[in-house]
Amino acid sequence: MSSETVHFTDFKSDKRPTWCPGCGDFGTMNGMMKALANTGNDPENTFIVAGIGCSGKIGTYMRSYAFHGVHGRALPLGIGAKLANPELEVMVAGGDGDGYSIGAGHFIHAVRRNVDMTYVVMDNRIYGLTKGQFSPTSREEFETPTSPEGPQQAPVQPLALAFSAGASFLGQTFASHAQRHTEVLEAAIDHDGFALVNVYSPCVTFNDLDTYDYFREALVDLGETDHDPTNYASAKEKVMDFETTHEGVIYRDPDSVAYDDRKGLAADATELPDGAPDGVSALVDEFK
Amino acid sequence: MFEDFNWAVGGEAGDGIDSTGKIFAQALSRAGRHVYTSKDFASRIRGGYTAYKIRTSTDRIESVVDRLDILIALTQRTIDENRDELHDESVIIYDGERSWEAEIPDHVTGLSVPLRDLAEEAGGAIMQNVVALGAACAVADFPIEYLDSALEKRFGDKGEAIVDSNCQAARLGQSHVEETLDVSFEYDLETTEEEYVLLNGDEAIGLGAIAAGCRFYAGYPITPATAVMEYLTGRIEQFGGTVVQAEDELAAVNMALGAARSGARAMTATSGPGIDLMTETFGLVAASETPLVIVDVQRSGPSTGMPTKQEQGDLNTLLYGGHGEVPRFVVGPTTIAECFHKTIEAFNLAERYQTPVYLVSDLALAVTDQTYPADEFDMSAVEIDRGKLVESDELSTWQDEDGRFKPHAITEDGVSPRALPGTPGGVHMTTGLEHDELGRRTEDPELRNEQVEKRARKMETAQETESWEVREFGDPDAETLVLSWGSNEGSIREAMDRLAADGIDVRFLSVPYLSPRPDLGEAIEHAETTVVIECNATGQFADLVERDALTRVDRVNKYDGIRYKADDVEAAIRERVADPAEVSP
Ligand SMILES: Cc1ncc(C[n+]2csc(CCOP(=O)(O)OP(=O)(O)O)c2C)c(N)n1
Ligand code: SF4
Ligand SMILES: [Mg+2]
Repeated sequence: MSSETVHFTDFKSDKRPTWCPGCGDFGTMNGMMKALANTGNDPENTFIVAGIGCSGKIGTYMRSYAFHGVHGRALPLGIGAKLANPELEVMVAGGDGDGYSIGAGHFIHAVRRNVDMTYVVMDNRIYGLTKGQFSPTSREEFETPTSPEGPQQAPVQPLALAFSAGASFLGQTFASHAQRHTEVLEAAIDHDGFALVNVYSPCVTFNDLDTYDYFREALVDLGETDHDPTNYASAKEKVMDFETTHEGVIYRDPDSVAYDDRKGLAADATELPDGAPDGVSALVDEFK
Repeated sequence: MFEDFNWAVGGEAGDGIDSTGKIFAQALSRAGRHVYTSKDFASRIRGGYTAYKIRTSTDRIESVVDRLDILIALTQRTIDENRDELHDESVIIYDGERSWEAEIPDHVTGLSVPLRDLAEEAGGAIMQNVVALGAACAVADFPIEYLDSALEKRFGDKGEAIVDSNCQAARLGQSHVEETLDVSFEYDLETTEEEYVLLNGDEAIGLGAIAAGCRFYAGYPITPATAVMEYLTGRIEQFGGTVVQAEDELAAVNMALGAARSGARAMTATSGPGIDLMTETFGLVAASETPLVIVDVQRSGPSTGMPTKQEQGDLNTLLYGGHGEVPRFVVGPTTIAECFHKTIEAFNLAERYQTPVYLVSDLALAVTDQTYPADEFDMSAVEIDRGKLVESDELSTWQDEDGRFKPHAITEDGVSPRALPGTPGGVHMTTGLEHDELGRRTEDPELRNEQVEKRARKMETAQETESWEVREFGDPDAETLVLSWGSNEGSIREAMDRLAADGIDVRFLSVPYLSPRPDLGEAIEHAETTVVIECNATGQFADLVERDALTRVDRVNKYDGIRYKADDVEAAIRERVADPAEVSP
């Protein structure tokens, strides 16, 4: 399939989503499909790794090579897939619980490692699939069945965390701002390195605090300011401003070189001869 | 005389004991002598004691004995730790000029060699261990040219000057014994024309992996598995592969799984604590039907246990670990050479059945350097079988009426076709949720049954078509049957030689397949007594044998952290010989 003929609907599977009507994940997914098609990818060279959660169902609703693993481990799985075949377009998508709680350790190290891939976090500030407990991004005052008086702990600041771990690309979008969302994802896909896009993807069933209206009101679109994402100091200021929720490409290191390029990985790691590779006997001689 | 010769160097951790011992082992190997080494770590006495021990002979050897002929002691502790192994002919080489006053046992010869002073004369105190190696050559009457050659191998990349001063240091040690002290001993280490390679079990696994086409390794450092990662690093790249040091074992196994999904032969290696973490993902590997090799180099548990000590305590967790019912292969090499061969086999099993393989080794295999003829590692015999990997032109047979590829297609042998990402026409997903043939979630009872039965059928196919050969030794008609797994094979074989010399014949089956495993029922029925020998307290392998054969067996267990010696095995078998009256005098 050549890239000219790919339409974003080619990335849609014939499985009807079972997300609640109005769930932010619909918009998040549409943007992903459009961005993949617009950047010249097709379902056959795309590998999607999905987390566990309502968000993680995305691998089923999209059409591409895809893997739906265990809770919290989507990033390392995506890293392995990419390093073994750097020609694949690897996109990892999961929830805020998947990425910033059970998978938080992998998150920091994936940022540091800077493998060329895109990480989409569908941040609804709640655990959707398990029916409404607070998540690592929930606000301190958010009352849920497991936090009747609020979580009593500060929310994770994913952008600041990633920035301090040496992120080379940071974006934040809102599922219902389709155009901006798609543009940021396109930039993330084109970026040479690990690109984090934190997507506000409201849960209409369990989160009555972080709603569409709330985000519409709160978000400041960086695309309408003079913010230059390649300006480290300006990005740092935005990232550390916990009072303001930004939308757009927040930081992009134009000199980023992906780990896979630094390691000079070839695409043919998946092809093998019928016997031991040539030259391997020299390894035996080393033991003489 | 003393053809079976035992040598050790010991001191504080940080004294370069390992590298000193390895140099001497290499010298012996290059002299055409067989070598089998072991390592002692801090134990009976608290402190940083460590020793590298070499047993060498012109015959093949595969176990350790409690005897030392030459001991290079850098500390008094080294002498105290090994007191029981010293005999009347033993020689201790130590530096009498140093601050510690050596207490040499009365019956043993102490040779005081000014190691540091002579090293400084050769160019630097750092070479004092090499001076001691030179002195050892003199005591053992071992041609020092082989030591030169081992020093060249060890220091060659640091430049000629460094090699030369090391060779000089060795000569100063040698001549101090031969000329200054003017003593000689009865030892006379013969050399042969044989050409050997010297390697340990972790290196053999790494070598096997590269030979088998492994192109991706992810791991997290842990004793005694780290050497697999260190071996691969810098070598696998020459064959188009890569090594990733992951943030933990959860990541390591998932990275390897991702790489395997992309189509690379992938592996990770760890020890018990890491197996616990990888167990989280193990079921996913099996449910997604992804070929993956996971190495467990066992050490003493539970928990952090005794990290530098031997144990075979992980068998149950490898057989049963993980919730739900997870098909798997558990393959356990019994020698260092087998670590190489079974690694290659593990990759073929993994891809042929699209099922995870646990390759279970143990500390005694991992830390032992042993000699083999180089042709034991015959690369021309390596065969790579990738199983049902399908190319685009064959895909249509495996698509449904809507042209969708079926990664979990129901087949007679249970094995489905495999299309790698990037293959036109093969687009599919898979999931750790129960799924249909297309890899999409289902909770339909019929489809569920189909997939459970299909995965089970793969194991049945394997059980029927693979060879599952055991390694058999001794007299096939003996009344006493010995069964074991893992590294105990060498000590058992040596014990058998000694028993046979005494007229006690034993049949020994060394079992490298733990699941699926060969049927041992007939052998057990044929024998009067069955003895199962293993390094754990509860007899995990013995439990399996009893369950399979619906019988009771005699158990020999060792869980003090120290590998079996031939002496231990010999004593245990003597005690259990079916009818002592039948033993010829
Ligand atoms: C090891 C493990 N622990 C717990 C769960 C249960 N679980 C499933 S999804 C989830 C949280 C999902 O939250 P998030 O990642 O934010 O995804 P969302 O449903 O909100 O999209 C939990 C705790 C699980 N599947 N696995
Ligand atoms: S529960 Fe929330 S996150 Fe899950 S599908 Fe419904 S709206 Fe979306
Ligand atoms: Mg969530």
